[in-house]
Amino acid sequence: MLKTVEIWCLSLGALLLSMLLIAAFIFTTGNSPSEVFHSLYRGAFGSWFSWQNTLVRAAPLMLTALCTALPARVGLIVIGGEGAMVVGGLTAAITGIAIQDAPSFMVMSAMMIVGGGCAGLWILAVGALRHYRNVNETISSLLLNYIAIAVLNFLVVGVLKDPATLNNPSTYSIGEKNMITSIGDSSVHWGLVYGLVVCLAMWFVARRTTFGFAADVTGGNIRAARLVGLPVAKIVLLSCFLGGAAAGLAGVIEIAAIQGRANSSLNAGYGYAGILVAFLARHNPLAIIPYALLLGGIQASGGLLQRAHDLPDATVAVFQGIIFMMILSSEMLYGRIKFLQPKSMIS
Amino acid sequence: MKQKSQLSLSRRKFVKTASIAAAGLSMALKTPLALAAAKVKMGFVYVGPRDDYGYNQAHFEGKAALAALDWVKAVDEENVPETIEVQKTMESMIQLDGAQVLFPTSFGYFDPHILKIAKRYPDTTFLHCGGLWDAEKHPKNVGSYFGYIDEPVYISGIVAGHMSKSKKLGFIAAIPIPQVLRNINNFTMAARSIDPSITTTVVFTGGWSDPVKEAEAANSLVDQGIDVLTCHVDSPKVVVETAEKRGIYSCGYHTNNAVLAPKGFLTGAEWSWATVYKNYAELIKNKQPIPNLVRGGLKDGIVKVSPYGAVVSDAAKADADKALASFMDGSMVVYKGPIKDNKGNTVIPKGKSYLQTDTWLESMDWLVEGVVG
Repeated sequence: MLKTVEIWCLSLGALLLSMLLIAAFIFTTGNSPSEVFHSLYRGAFGSWFSWQNTLVRAAPLMLTALCTALPARVGLIVIGGEGAMVVGGLTAAITGIAIQDAPSFMVMSAMMIVGGGCAGLWILAVGALRHYRNVNETISSLLLNYIAIAVLNFLVVGVLKDPATLNNPSTYSIGEKNMITSIGDSSVHWGLVYGLVVCLAMWFVARRTTFGFAADVTGGNIRAARLVGLPVAKIVLLSCFLGGAAAGLAGVIEIAAIQGRANSSLNAGYGYAGILVAFLARHNPLAIIPYALLLGGIQASGGLLQRAHDLPDATVAVFQGIIFMMILSSEMLYGRIKFLQPKSMIS
Repeated sequence: MKQKSQLSLSRRKFVKTASIAAAGLSMALKTPLALAAAKVKMGFVYVGPRDDYGYNQAHFEGKAALAALDWVKAVDEENVPETIEVQKTMESMIQLDGAQVLFPTSFGYFDPHILKIAKRYPDTTFLHCGGLWDAEKHPKNVGSYFGYIDEPVYISGIVAGHMSKSKKLGFIAAIPIPQVLRNINNFTMAARSIDPSITTTVVFTGGWSDPVKEAEAANSLVDQGIDVLTCHVDSPKVVVETAEKRGIYSCGYHTNNAVLAPKGFLTGAEWSWATVYKNYAELIKNKQPIPNLVRGGLKDGIVKVSPYGAVVSDAAKADADKALASFMDGSMVVYKGPIKDNKGNTVIPKGKSYLQTDTWLESMDWLVEGVVG
């Protein structure tokens, strides 16, 4: 219990400190911090419109964050969410185009299975390279991002190109009827619900199943895990697969809910933003949800900051960077603040 | 005691002060609101930074020129990707800023993003840079505007043809789409009209904004003996600066790039969006219908030629001015047969010519004779 209190105290403390630093930064730009904070709130959470804006931006981040968070639980630092998302979106688009006349429920399911599966295998390859050949997973997943983007660009201007998209090369459309719709009369699409459900499910797997426990043991000490006879290879590969599949699902949703066809805008940086969310959430799938909302909110209000305060777009990146640095630095305080520690059982 | 006397206020005095304050406050609140309501509100969205010396800066300069009109309120947002983010930016400008007309300037914003939001907001006008609007397919509150920037590129080509000593020109391009190919062809044909032995070597980087590849391409082209470099990417900054650093000439693109290359800058092709945006603002102010398609070239003031650099010879200036004059009076026909592509096939036979507005030119998929790469 006290462990949770420690996480809450340190995270909130880090957020508070980052707000102070952000205020100082705003002050140096010649703006009033309170006004800018008010705009931040107005643009992110101030009205139903702003909430919708925040939610649609948070939706892909929840899924791409899992691509870093799940492998991190077995001790791998994977930053291949961008590539996995591109692979998921591209293969889903190909599937959707190939069977677009089938019932839309089937098209959607096939897109999810193929997109999620291919992206899962993409990151599984990273895990396999690490486990069997000792290739650094951070570097290999980063390089795989570039390969995925290159393959996407190659196919989109080549064999998959719809000739009607002359000056903005894209694939054919998956068809209007196969698109994911919005929830009710809002502008938030159902992809958000997929994100929430997958985060909750992954939290359940990580915290309430033997597999999740085995993964934590593997991440904590891989030699100990081997000694107690855990199937380490299987655990590492499956964690990577699940992470990749989650990011792939983000790509599927990007195609099915927003773009309708694959083109270079599939590589819009959600994968990289997901890394940030995963680290902020300390790789806890449940904590990913509020941090994705926080980041989505900051991005949603970025436009208003530009328009109302003449702040450059990079302001948002500065805010995100400050929060990231503060949360990461708070890591070193764990176990060092006396009154937050559980009473020792073997004193 | 003193404090008490300060705070003690007679009721009459309080009412008086309060009512004056309230009246003042309501006036202060009302006046700007009333003024603001009469203003024409315009929103601009860019895919990259406002200060890229390129595509986005050209639009920003157009937006900035609106500041001269005190009855216009223009807001803008930079670095907005072609995802749901641009949809949200447009909605936010409509909902929070009350924008009546939006200018989402990136090509990729059109389908599906503008089309989707335009359906949801039928009272707002959406004007897209790129000329994609089709009366049969697209909503009435959407329109397109675009300029024939290949015309000033032709002028760049003439100057480049005069100034090159090695007879080898370089062109760094993003992706092989019709607009880009047309610029490469215009540049090459103009240079070869000065000296038919000139060739243009093209490098495609594969992306609109890829500074590392642009720098690599520029350096490798200089190593191959090229002495005039130009480009068609979102930001010409890296290409023009690299050319300057390597001591060769450069032609700018999108905006006036002279500051990036004080020594080697020749001239360049620029947008002049201020003209277009001011016209739209006037139309909205006077409640006139907004045309769904606006296109034009040098003579319409939508594109222009950058002022010649100091190194440009008088002979080059004379020929360039001559070509400019024939663009201005409408007598210039660039695509006049016979024209061969760079594989030796005749694409436009003798006696056949295509005027600037011909839509056949907009599906160009060939490179003209003299282009390498």
